[in-house]
Amino acid sequence: MSIVSALGHGQGGGGTSPAVAAPRRRARGGAYLLLAPGIAYLGLFFVIPVVALLVTSLYVPVPGGEVGQFAPAFEWRNYTAALATYWPQLVRSFAYAFVATVAALAIGYPMAYVIAVRARGRPFLQGLLLVLVIAPFFTSFILRTIAWKQILADESFVVSAIRAVGLLPPDGRLTATGFAVVAGLTYNFLPFMTLPIYANLERLDPRMLEAGADLYADGPTTFRRVTLPLSLPGVVSGTLLTFIPASGDFVNSVLLGNTSTTMIGQVVDSRFFKVSDYPTAAALSVVLMVAILVLVIAYVRRAGTEELL
Amino acid sequence: MSGGQGAGALAAAVGVADRTDRTAAPAPLGDRGRPRRRSPGRWRLGDAVVPVFAALAFLYLLVPIAYTVAFSFNDAGRTNLVWRGFTLENWANPCGAPAVCEAFVNSLQVGAIATVASTVLGTLVALALVRYRFRGRTLANLLIFLPMSTPEVVLGAALLAQFLSLRINPGFGTVVVSHIMFCISFVVVTVKARVASLDPRLEEAAADLYASSWQAFWRVTFPLLVPGILAAALLAFSLSFDDFIITNFNSGSFTTFPKFVYVSATRGIPAQANVIGSAMFGLALALVVAVQVVSAARRRRRT
Repeated sequence: MSIVSALGHGQGGGGTSPAVAAPRRRARGGAYLLLAPGIAYLGLFFVIPVVALLVTSLYVPVPGGEVGQFAPAFEWRNYTAALATYWPQLVRSFAYAFVATVAALAIGYPMAYVIAVRARGRPFLQGLLLVLVIAPFFTSFILRTIAWKQILADESFVVSAIRAVGLLPPDGRLTATGFAVVAGLTYNFLPFMTLPIYANLERLDPRMLEAGADLYADGPTTFRRVTLPLSLPGVVSGTLLTFIPASGDFVNSVLLGNTSTTMIGQVVDSRFFKVSDYPTAAALSVVLMVAILVLVIAYVRRAGTEELL
Repeated sequence: MSGGQGAGALAAAVGVADRTDRTAAPAPLGDRGRPRRRSPGRWRLGDAVVPVFAALAFLYLLVPIAYTVAFSFNDAGRTNLVWRGFTLENWANPCGAPAVCEAFVNSLQVGAIATVASTVLGTLVALALVRYRFRGRTLANLLIFLPMSTPEVVLGAALLAQFLSLRINPGFGTVVVSHIMFCISFVVVTVKARVASLDPRLEEAAADLYASSWQAFWRVTFPLLVPGILAAALLAFSLSFDDFIITNFNSGSFTTFPKFVYVSATRGIPAQANVIGSAMFGLALALVVAVQVVSAARRRRRT
């Protein structure tokens, strides 16, 4: 299963060593006993809910009923109706998530490289930099997003400075723009990009780089031909970890965007809570889940079978 | 939210899973032992560009945190939007805005239960997946992977659809149930990495010394797994504590800390929320630094 192995890539040899590490003399019954509680839990609270979501997505309103009352049905047109209305938000979500993922890769790769390769052999510096990458995990991400909202606010010090320099027209604004939403997404998921790449580069055997140098490759060539290809599994995990949550996020678009930056997660949320339109919300959720799974499988296949660059 | 390596990396980074026995590569060799064959001076500029760029990236990462901490000292009154002067009042009286404290305590309770339950369930699954070959193993792996590759909004909506159809009122219980669900996969991935890194010869040695397989597990394997399990628990707690989207779907009128902050964002967030955010940050930082110092000391002793 390629997607599964993509996740397991290079975790202390998680992908390869079990064949060696696992003594196979135990009875199989033990395995099922260990698995049962966790798998049963996921069955009850992941598989069945997803099925419930599928079923709900086909419901029809009760004729003459109140708002939020639906009857079981097989109304697949819920999907076409939902897509016809909300395709711009769906496309925008993937576009924003894509740009944010590329930006996070451009920012996160050098960070990971500096921590893992440049700071190698200096445990204190390495530890300190790692702490800085993990640090955001511990300040509520909503608080940090609101901090961005205030930093980018029209009357803020930062924005006045940017205007003064002339990078922004005098009446230009950063808050409540698509740019702010993408910047927020990039910011919030940056550690998810940086950490897997770091974990991968950290295991990079320095002798590989020496070999590159021995073969008269200069720095950039060694990087392009040795370091980068070897770090691709980390890049794949990092991009998935950034893209998936970013495409479903609505906190950034609510707090940093405006009415024309609405993302699909926001639509699902408001269909559910503001208008109790459960079938549409469910149908959009199913579409989002399937679209992401298809993208992820296609991406991992591609990354797994041929080099990305 | 989704995680494989992120989870493993976070665990490793927290340092609870000590890095020494995972990295077989001679990492400590470092820069010094490497012959530098490239011509001097040629790539000096390139050498500087990457660290400078990374420094800017770190700045980007830390600016909102600095902002949050700074505004925890703001003499804000009701809305913490503009700087009105320095005060220690918010720190001296973190429960000055009672709703903040209540939401914080709620988050701690949910986090504690979700952490314990998901760590137990996830550790058992991880042991089964690494140490046994059995029918349905691929399916089990897939079931662990799927929640991590599903956007939170879908997980939240799916659970709510189920709770609604069962006529269960959302509240504390449904929040705990949903948090355990999304934490399990991350625990499995983190602990799995640790189990896979264990040397099977250790258990064989125990067997050679006439330990039963039960004794070998509890006296040899389990103590070696503890760091990985602790890292997984820490990860589960931080995921649960910071979760907003799934909580928002399944909480009804029950409020957690992130939900409180989000809901009050329109009216203005009391500075006490910044105090709690900053305190959690400081605490976590202290913990990570302490673990780093201890493991550095241990590394020194070993070499």
